[in-house]
Amino acid sequence: MNNQLPGALAIGVKRGKLEIKQFFRQRESVVFTLLFPLILLAIFGSVFSNKIAPGVSFSQYFVAGMIASALVNTGFQQLAIFIPIERDLGALKRLRGTPMPAASYFIGKAVVVTVSMLLQVALLLIAGVLFFGVNLPTAPSKWLTFAALLISGSVVSTILGVAFSSVPKNARGASAIVSPVVIVLQFFSGVFFIFTDLPQWMQQVAAIFPLKWLTQGMRSVFLPESFATREIAGNWETGRTFAIIGICLIVGTVLAIRTFKWERE
Amino acid sequence: MKPVIEVKSLRKSYGSLEVVKGISLVIDSGEIFAILGPNGAGKTTTVEILEGFRAADAGEISVLNTDPAVKGSAGLAWRNRIGIVLQSTQDTAELTVREAISHFASYYSNPREVDEVIALVGLEEKADNRARTLSGGQRRRLDVALGIIGRPELLFLDEPTTGFDPEARRAFWVLIKKLRSEGTTILLTTHYLDEAEALADRVAVMNHGEILEVSTPALLGGRANSKATVTWRDAGVAKSEETDSPTEFVQRLSAQFGGEVPELGIHRPTLEDIYISMIGATHE
Repeated sequence: MNNQLPGALAIGVKRGKLEIKQFFRQRESVVFTLLFPLILLAIFGSVFSNKIAPGVSFSQYFVAGMIASALVNTGFQQLAIFIPIERDLGALKRLRGTPMPAASYFIGKAVVVTVSMLLQVALLLIAGVLFFGVNLPTAPSKWLTFAALLISGSVVSTILGVAFSSVPKNARGASAIVSPVVIVLQFFSGVFFIFTDLPQWMQQVAAIFPLKWLTQGMRSVFLPESFATREIAGNWETGRTFAIIGICLIVGTVLAIRTFKWERE
Repeated sequence: MKPVIEVKSLRKSYGSLEVVKGISLVIDSGEIFAILGPNGAGKTTTVEILEGFRAADAGEISVLNTDPAVKGSAGLAWRNRIGIVLQSTQDTAELTVREAISHFASYYSNPREVDEVIALVGLEEKADNRARTLSGGQRRRLDVALGIIGRPELLFLDEPTTGFDPEARRAFWVLIKKLRSEGTTILLTTHYLDEAEALADRVAVMNHGEILEVSTPALLGGRANSKATVTWRDAGVAKSEETDSPTEFVQRLSAQFGGEVPELGIHRPTLEDIYISMIGATHE
């Protein structure tokens, strides 16, 4: 008889495939996570067609912000809403009663976040280029920054989503709390409006959260170099961006490990 | 052989409320053991401690020679040997029966065949349907399938047939007996006395955090020794008599009627009668 338990990574990959299957079979998750940002892009891109700087249209600025938001939607928002639902349905407790290693559950979540994130970013880029005149960067260094932002942003968003999943008391509370938090953060972080036009206190609040930095980072990738002087610091603050994402990652990891709940109260 | 479950002086409080007050239990290999008791009796807390979901405040606990409070890989090796069917779960809604079962099979070192389990729980015709389309009884059988896919030595069943129609309940009992015949030890909690009577080798009655009695369903509460009630009809009038010696009484009746006694019935107290009197007695 074989007494060797399957490894955490192998089970995690299986869970990832299962999570993706469930993601696409749930109409709510497909609509909210994948389609809603495209609808927003279509609305804002059509309403605000003005130039905000020489060679920079509002829709370009907005596409950069929406790509940063994609990291928050697919990681933070998706997990902070769906983990409490799974907890309410008893799914987490059931898993806890099996020999599945806890790590496998989170590996599975990381897989579904990565797939949905890549899909959403690709959809936004295609729509941005086709309909809103977004210019893709040519310099390899910009693509490198882009990749680094996608990876670090998605990881921090995932971890914070796991950490936040213990805040809502139940599944119904989860979407009621999480969606407004994300929308307000988007307003404060300069996704829907030009960040430098926002009141100072909003800018300061936004600076505590990663979305503001991810948004600014995406502008450094998709807007011309000349636009950097219009940012608050007069440059893209790339070093500080990654430093703050790193800090959020550490704080989020500690919170996630300490607070994660497998059972409803 | 060492018992599968051994509990000595188990205690658990939530705040100032003591919900389990020093209970002791021994459950042997291959038996179906039922814990009966009203809501709030401490059944679920006890079972959840044995399942490793909660830590006890005091007491010695051995489940398959392991303290369930052990975490980490030792905990996983232990979990590999047990199966748990929780109360009302509605997860895996978007997966088909077969997808859910074969996925859970991948967690275990030596799982049963997926098709074998699907057949065992009688879900062959629903194997490719999504879990959310199943009826209550079918859904519960999927829960059992997920609980037994890992070939557990010990299976926990928490109120497994709540919401079943009578036919589904009987089909479920057949399944549970089949599992026992394969050597699985089963710990069952239930509200249904007929279920305990049909399935359990032994039952424990629990109330207010204490075990009132552990016995076989036939002997619980002195049931086998209690008076029998003989009922019959005499000249159109329903009659009844309580007696310690029903056989003798019926013989006398038979002589009196010269053979057949009209509408003859002999009743011992049901398990439910005994249970209600035990639970009621502790309320005073």
